[in-house]
Amino acid sequence: MVNIISDVCKYIIIILVVWYTVGAFTALQKRDREELKWIYYRQNALIFLLHGTGYLVIVLNEKSLEMVIFYVAQVIFFSVYLLLYRSIYKKSSMILLNHMMFFLALGFIMLGRLSYEKVTRQFVFACIAAIVTLVVPQMFAKLKAARLWAMIMGIIGLLALAAVLVVGQVEYGAKLSIQLPGGFSLQPSEFVKISFVLLIAVLFRERTDLKRVIFATGVAGIHVIVLVLSKDLGAALIYSMAYLFMLYVASKKPLYLAGGFGLGACAAVAAYFLFSHVQTRVEAWLNPWPIFSGKGNQIGNSLFGIATGGWMGQGLYQGYPKLTPVVESDFIFSAISEEMGAIVALCVILICLSCLIMFITVSIDLYIPFYKLTGLGLAVVYGTQVFLIIGGDIKMIPSTGVTLPFVSYGGSSVLATFILFGIIQELYIKRHNEEDRIERKKRKQEAASLARERAQAAKKAGGEATAK
Amino acid sequence: MVRYVFVGLFVCLAGYFAYFVSFGSSEVIKNPLNNRVKNMANIVVRGEIRDRNGVTIAHTETGEDGKEVRVYDFGSVFAHPVGYMSKGLTGIESLANLDLLSSHVGFIERLVNEVMERKNLGDNVYTTMDAGLQEFCYQALNGQKGAIVVNDPKTGEILAMVSTPGFDPNNLDAEWDSLTSEDNQDGNLLNRVTQGQYPPGSTFKILTALEYMREYPDTYQDFSYECDGVMEYGDLVLACHEGHAHGTVDFKGALAQSCNGAFATMGLSLDKEKWAQMCEDFGFNQELPVDLLYKQSSFVINNESTDWDVMQSAIGQGETMESPLHNLMITSTVANNGTMMVPYIIDHTENADGEVVSKNTPMEYRKPMTVEEAEILKEDMISVVAEGSGYRAASQYAQVAGKTGSAQYNSTGGMHAWFTGFAPAEDPEIAVTVIVEGGGSGGEVAAPIAGSIFDYYFGR
Ligand SMILES: [Zn+2]
Repeated sequence: MVNIISDVCKYIIIILVVWYTVGAFTALQKRDREELKWIYYRQNALIFLLHGTGYLVIVLNEKSLEMVIFYVAQVIFFSVYLLLYRSIYKKSSMILLNHMMFFLALGFIMLGRLSYEKVTRQFVFACIAAIVTLVVPQMFAKLKAARLWAMIMGIIGLLALAAVLVVGQVEYGAKLSIQLPGGFSLQPSEFVKISFVLLIAVLFRERTDLKRVIFATGVAGIHVIVLVLSKDLGAALIYSMAYLFMLYVASKKPLYLAGGFGLGACAAVAAYFLFSHVQTRVEAWLNPWPIFSGKGNQIGNSLFGIATGGWMGQGLYQGYPKLTPVVESDFIFSAISEEMGAIVALCVILICLSCLIMFITVSIDLYIPFYKLTGLGLAVVYGTQVFLIIGGDIKMIPSTGVTLPFVSYGGSSVLATFILFGIIQELYIKRHNEEDRIERKKRKQEAASLARERAQAAKKAGGEATAK
Repeated sequence: MVRYVFVGLFVCLAGYFAYFVSFGSSEVIKNPLNNRVKNMANIVVRGEIRDRNGVTIAHTETGEDGKEVRVYDFGSVFAHPVGYMSKGLTGIESLANLDLLSSHVGFIERLVNEVMERKNLGDNVYTTMDAGLQEFCYQALNGQKGAIVVNDPKTGEILAMVSTPGFDPNNLDAEWDSLTSEDNQDGNLLNRVTQGQYPPGSTFKILTALEYMREYPDTYQDFSYECDGVMEYGDLVLACHEGHAHGTVDFKGALAQSCNGAFATMGLSLDKEKWAQMCEDFGFNQELPVDLLYKQSSFVINNESTDWDVMQSAIGQGETMESPLHNLMITSTVANNGTMMVPYIIDHTENADGEVVSKNTPMEYRKPMTVEEAEILKEDMISVVAEGSGYRAASQYAQVAGKTGSAQYNSTGGMHAWFTGFAPAEDPEIAVTVIVEGGGSGGEVAAPIAGSIFDYYFGR
């Protein structure tokens, strides 16, 4: 009986996700708040249905009361967070808020199926992150304070990265995290991504002369070198991309972009020859099968999962995603594809894309350079990260060991992504305020000119009257 | 600008992913390292393999203790094409592994199975092979080392595929050690049809003749050669089969009599690069569109080749190597008006209730020769059987076209006996390639086997 229900749920999940994806793209074309509101409510309902369907299967298979309680806790969390956020930030993007919830819910389903321990930890992380980030947009409300924050954060960030290099622990050939008391480990590069973008935005906010570019490149270079020395190459790539695009947008000189990419390509080749763990990843990417029992195991199993799942997926609990090592964080995408189907996985790519398009649209419309650069930088960080993780999971590019924002298991990643989305939300509010202000100005001008015309008309009429 | 870069990247990502799931995944699924498919056997009873008429070739029996045994109804007759699944996966058991372990039974039935805690029945795979023909071919070889492969030249469907000595897949576990021991020189596990590498001998002369026709389109019909049984070219000496003197032979007669001297002479007048290129068009030194494990054929002629190399290659000796299946593909190209079809062995898959789940259709592979060229070669091959070395392949039910071959494989005069041909010549329904290892003369040993196959097929 359980299998039959699981199977039916598989198709329900596919329908819900496809419906949600269509909604995400319709929302991109709409700017009317009333219309968006309707999409928002529908998307909201779809998320709760998706989450409920997923957990129905999980509860049926796990047959544990704990899962039921855990499901209820998640529903409460989602509801409370949505209500709180909507009442605090009335002008925030409801669609973006939905996307956050969608990815979280999808992650909770997949992680819940994979490991009760991990999903409950992830849930706790998400709750903490949600509370912490309720205040993030406020920090950015005042421009001056924001810049100051950015400077301070940027410097702390760089120090934290350096700390990892010195005391960090080695995981899968790279130094990524610092062990904290209480069994927690912190992965600073997740947060420094954001502080790095802020720092560069401060540096480029008004000047992009050669002196400033050299200085900023130096700052960026130090970040990247520290990351490369920690062997966190995925992050190094993300930082470099963010810097190059920010430099290009600030200076409007394509030469910088071209030069940067040229340099980046050289650096990549150099990294290949310098680091043995880069070589093994490239080797596993080129042909994982001869080294399947060793270094090709992860990517090989990922491909087996995606291939066996096919378009419709095996259904939750019907596949074998646990055969892939570290499936919860680095290979969550292939687990989704294996059990929920490639259609759902493809929708995940598309929803990530729709988020990215929203990020870029929001920032490009902004007038204040600091905000604009911050938004763009974060968009590039998000886009590059999603591309690296999914591209790595499907063997399009060598895997770099980054996380899929909101979906992958990992406290640092969840918190950092909450902050990232929080900042974008504030920028969205800013844009609306700017628009409102422009609108108000326009209206004022129109009113003034109307009054002037009227006065002139009245004067004329009065003159005519006296002439008579 | 930033937007376009990232939209572009994501479109590539989605496109690559969709491509992988649609087209790249089937090969990955079949990878023997894929332990996911193995696990599917926990919820599905492996489906049956059946012949084109529905005759069961392999099925799974579940004992009272719930233990499953794979039973091969024809024993060693289908050993190589159907393969086995207890010591790794080979043959159709490997190609259709996922299909056999997938269940497409109806919703109600699954519901019932679920309640009764029974496994679902896997899908049944229908091969293109014909059990009757396969058994006949198996017996025709009569225990000799060799291989027979039969197909429909118009579609590429494999109708029979026999390689002997083989093995009984029902006793594979017990016999495994002796089959794989170093003392065993018989190569029982080798599918000679696809993995065997033999000098094609005179069967290759079809291609030499074709290249000669192409290079001398106006004069090839005037070709004439005086055969006294031994060709002397400078210091080089090349004998005809058993030193037989063929007298004056023209282009058609050279093929019909399989005169080595005549073909070596033709070979010496060919452009080496063009000749090598044509052989590659026919699949030599190339990957072939074959799903089963196979070996590539080789043809080595280039500008550095000596006259001796050329003379040897012209008669299918020297470094030329070919599998029986590839030989059949070339023969079928002549039969099919110059179009080479992709050979295939799985026709379709049905669920346990008999509804078709997936179906393979014939696919054209290449057109390495024109309709006219095929027509001329077909005429020549008809005369090989009608009045030449292949007369023993003639059938009382249909006109046969073909080519014999006696390929030397060692310096002491050991020869593999070949015959490759098709019938009915005017509208071919089947093409047959027979090889008997160390059998001697193709015309005497292989041609009669082919003839009996034609008689069986058209006479039953
Ligand atoms: Zn002769």
